[in-house]
Amino acid sequence: MNAPNKSGWKPTMEVADASGETVTTTGNRALMLEERLIFEIGKAETTGVDLPEIDKRAPSRLGGFERSEPIGLVGLTEPETVRHYTRLSRQNYGIDLGFFPLGSCTMKHNPRLNEKLARLPGFADIHPLAPQSSVQGALEVIDQLATWLKTLTGMPGVAMSPKAGAHGELCGILAIRAAHTAAGNPREVVLVPESAHGTNPATAAFAGYKVENIPATPEGRVDVEALKARLGKGGEGDSDVAAVMITNPNTCGLFEKDFRTIADAVHAVGGYVYCDGANFNAIVGRVRPGDLGVDAMHINLHKTFSTPHGGGGPGSGPVVFSEALMPFAPLPYVEKDEAGEFHIVEEENADAEHQTFGRMTAFHGQMGMFTRALTYMLSHGADGLKQVSEDAVLNANYILRSLEDILHAPFADSGPCMHEALFGDKDFGGGLSTLDLAKGLIDEGYHPMTVYFPLVVHGAMLVEPTETESKASIDQFITAFRHVVQRALDGDETLKQAPYFAPRRRLDETAAARKPKLAWEEPAE
Amino acid sequence: MRYLPLTDTDRAEMLAKCGASSIDDLFVDVPEVARLDGPIRDLPMHASEMAVERHMKALAGKNLAAENTPFFIGAGAYRHHIPASVDTVISRGEFLTAYTPYQPEIAQGTLQMLFEFQTQVARLYGCAVANASLYDGSTACWEAVAMATRVTRRKRAVLSGSLHPHYAQVVKTMAQYTGEEIADAQPAITTEPNLDTLTARIDEDTACVVVQYPDILGRISDLSKVADAARAKGALLVVVNTEPVALGAITSPGEMGADIVVGEGQALGVGLQFGGPYLGLFAVRDPKHVRQMPGRLCGETVDAEGKRGFVLTLSTREQHIRREKATSNICTNSGLCALAFTTHMTLLGEKGLRQLAAENHRLACLAADRLEKVPGVSLLNNSFFNEFTLMLDGKPAREIVRDLADRGVLGGVSLGRLYPGVEALEHALLVAVTETTTEDDIDRLAIELHDALAAQVPA
Repeated sequence: MNAPNKSGWKPTMEVADASGETVTTTGNRALMLEERLIFEIGKAETTGVDLPEIDKRAPSRLGGFERSEPIGLVGLTEPETVRHYTRLSRQNYGIDLGFFPLGSCTMKHNPRLNEKLARLPGFADIHPLAPQSSVQGALEVIDQLATWLKTLTGMPGVAMSPKAGAHGELCGILAIRAAHTAAGNPREVVLVPESAHGTNPATAAFAGYKVENIPATPEGRVDVEALKARLGKGGEGDSDVAAVMITNPNTCGLFEKDFRTIADAVHAVGGYVYCDGANFNAIVGRVRPGDLGVDAMHINLHKTFSTPHGGGGPGSGPVVFSEALMPFAPLPYVEKDEAGEFHIVEEENADAEHQTFGRMTAFHGQMGMFTRALTYMLSHGADGLKQVSEDAVLNANYILRSLEDILHAPFADSGPCMHEALFGDKDFGGGLSTLDLAKGLIDEGYHPMTVYFPLVVHGAMLVEPTETESKASIDQFITAFRHVVQRALDGDETLKQAPYFAPRRRLDETAAARKPKLAWEEPAE
Repeated sequence: MRYLPLTDTDRAEMLAKCGASSIDDLFVDVPEVARLDGPIRDLPMHASEMAVERHMKALAGKNLAAENTPFFIGAGAYRHHIPASVDTVISRGEFLTAYTPYQPEIAQGTLQMLFEFQTQVARLYGCAVANASLYDGSTACWEAVAMATRVTRRKRAVLSGSLHPHYAQVVKTMAQYTGEEIADAQPAITTEPNLDTLTARIDEDTACVVVQYPDILGRISDLSKVADAARAKGALLVVVNTEPVALGAITSPGEMGADIVVGEGQALGVGLQFGGPYLGLFAVRDPKHVRQMPGRLCGETVDAEGKRGFVLTLSTREQHIRREKATSNICTNSGLCALAFTTHMTLLGEKGLRQLAAENHRLACLAADRLEKVPGVSLLNNSFFNEFTLMLDGKPAREIVRDLADRGVLGGVSLGRLYPGVEALEHALLVAVTETTTEDDIDRLAIELHDALAAQVPA
């Protein structure tokens, strides 16, 4: 274990291994601190909030359903609480800490002005059902953000309420289904490329559609001829295809250059074009999806417009619509009247021609994300956003061209990539895989790229640098990445046990799934 | 531009490496029809922090923040005091700027937090297992109905008339496409919910019956009766809770026989935020139903050295693996809101949550007594926790609420707004009281309500 590998890299900590035991009694290693569960450190009688003692003689009007059993919670005081979560936080990798090239997820810097302004009481401390006269500023934020989104995409309508990207996809597909249904036939099939995000087929299936794959060309784009042949199957004007769902730029990192042709073909048979806008950050400010024939597209505000990923959410997924789909958009939405006052439009005051498919969520959407996204847009402006996509694309191409000599890049000859570069694990030695390379990168101080997605490339590695990395940071990453790639090509088997230096070594996921332990339980006496 | 580190020199060097003479060369695949000749028109150019702050503050200033006024609005979103350290925790960059813990070795912070969160939610709900959160209460409610149809292989869902109407609408929207038959109703203005009417609607084709607890009018009903009736027909009981603080005072839904418990977690740590982001809570009482659950689950395991660690698990239910056969299309959870919730819960603990619940109930009782004395006002509820329904003696509650707002009091939610066009509900006002409500606020509402009612032209 201790022998240096060919590159001179030492896989493990000598001090720890010399004795065969850990060197500390606590399990801590200086700044790397272990932390127990709250249930192991807290107590039922401890609290970090000062509230009045319960008056047992106080009247109760709980209908006789007073809780008689303990809940089973424990509390910590404020100092213990702050320390607990601070120690946990240090076991996490975040953008603030380092380069996070997670392809398709767009881990760009989260500006702190966004955070500051979202916390203004005028935004954070208002109720969704407050009288509309008391929340005109909030409705105006929604209206302004809607205007930005429509202008940036060149689309006439937008639904703001979807809670995340996948919820937005659902919104788009439900509007498409409603439009077909209104025309007399919901149709049966949604076509989705194999390289699509898993949410695309899941969404289409949810909406009651049969999902069929669209084949790809060897260069990594939609096979237009095959698609046209499939569309024409039902005979002219009588297609069973309700919609296509295409990600553009696609998940291979390429711009679908025939998108307009595809859209025209789909429209010719009466179908609709859903664009998965997860990768809108590659073209924002430079290309308007409306010019490409899109009918509906969700926008992940956390990807393109820098709202924080927060360890897995919350997201926000507004959906822009073409003229044809606008009447079917969900309720509620915000409208400005002639007097300049904003109103929430619900079923009772919707126009007669509005054939909404209904309500998707209790309230008006992710307001806390709207304020952040609008702050970001105002900061960048039209010129800054154009620079955003250009720098994101430049950084990705720079990485592609700096690695293609050493790492299999299946679509390197398909033209420039967009905001992300795709690689595969061909030629790795010693039975090593993409996973091993990813874990090796962790030891080098990087969050790995997206692995094993898209499914169309063996051992896929999707690298997305984003526009908020400096050239120095990217150069450093390239050096480290090349080094680990070389180890993988050489079959350096020490990679199989990586990471060595993370708070945890590889975790046993099989055991976790075989006998799931999903909540803490008091240990048996 | 302050967020873009590349210099023009960097750009030139990098373009050269890519064999491109200008940035346009990297966008050659964009078809001619979609090429623009410069920044998109009709939008402003970039702005300084100061300028943006000025713009946004002006917008925020047009809203009446709850902290600046007597505030009694609830109906699915509740205003509670959030301890200062909650924001400290969720502002830490290692939580804020992390993503879904796909690489567990460097995401133990998020994963352990989620494991603790799942445990807290499960215990609060009286269930065995909770997931790592969904978007919000309303979407969690739909996911519960969908799960019940998977478990029972039946397609009919019976919604109680006292379920939040927006939740019922979300369920109905989704069911249009998935083929569930949704039997819903409107709340009857009665001092107690009529459970016999509800249980009579459960039949052999029913997958689940969905009941809110406390319900949309604030009433607390005997879930065990509904659980028995559901069980007798082989249906599941889904209980919806929109105010988790209530469960510090009343018996948990799981203990009363609920099979699936879902709810809105916003009240703890998350704040009002004009409706989102919120926090969908989802739990099941019987661990055997775990594999039918939607959303992410965090589980305990060990690493290669035998140390305890946590991972996302049972992901074969999810869209990124199962694609069109997934249990749900959901991808994100509400990670940061879950962190806010769990931090607040940790600060409260068993003792604090029970005290918080008691204080809410004490003040609500006080408010009910005080408001009932206003002429023309009567209290509907026999039972309530921190929200109750006032009947306004034939006066239109919607107009009264607007009038109260003009008088500087956010006095509650009219049922007319929640159920537009339903005459029987037009005269009812929902009033929520929390620990943030002062006795002065209550007095003020009583006075203004008196005046607003008096100002109404008799019908």
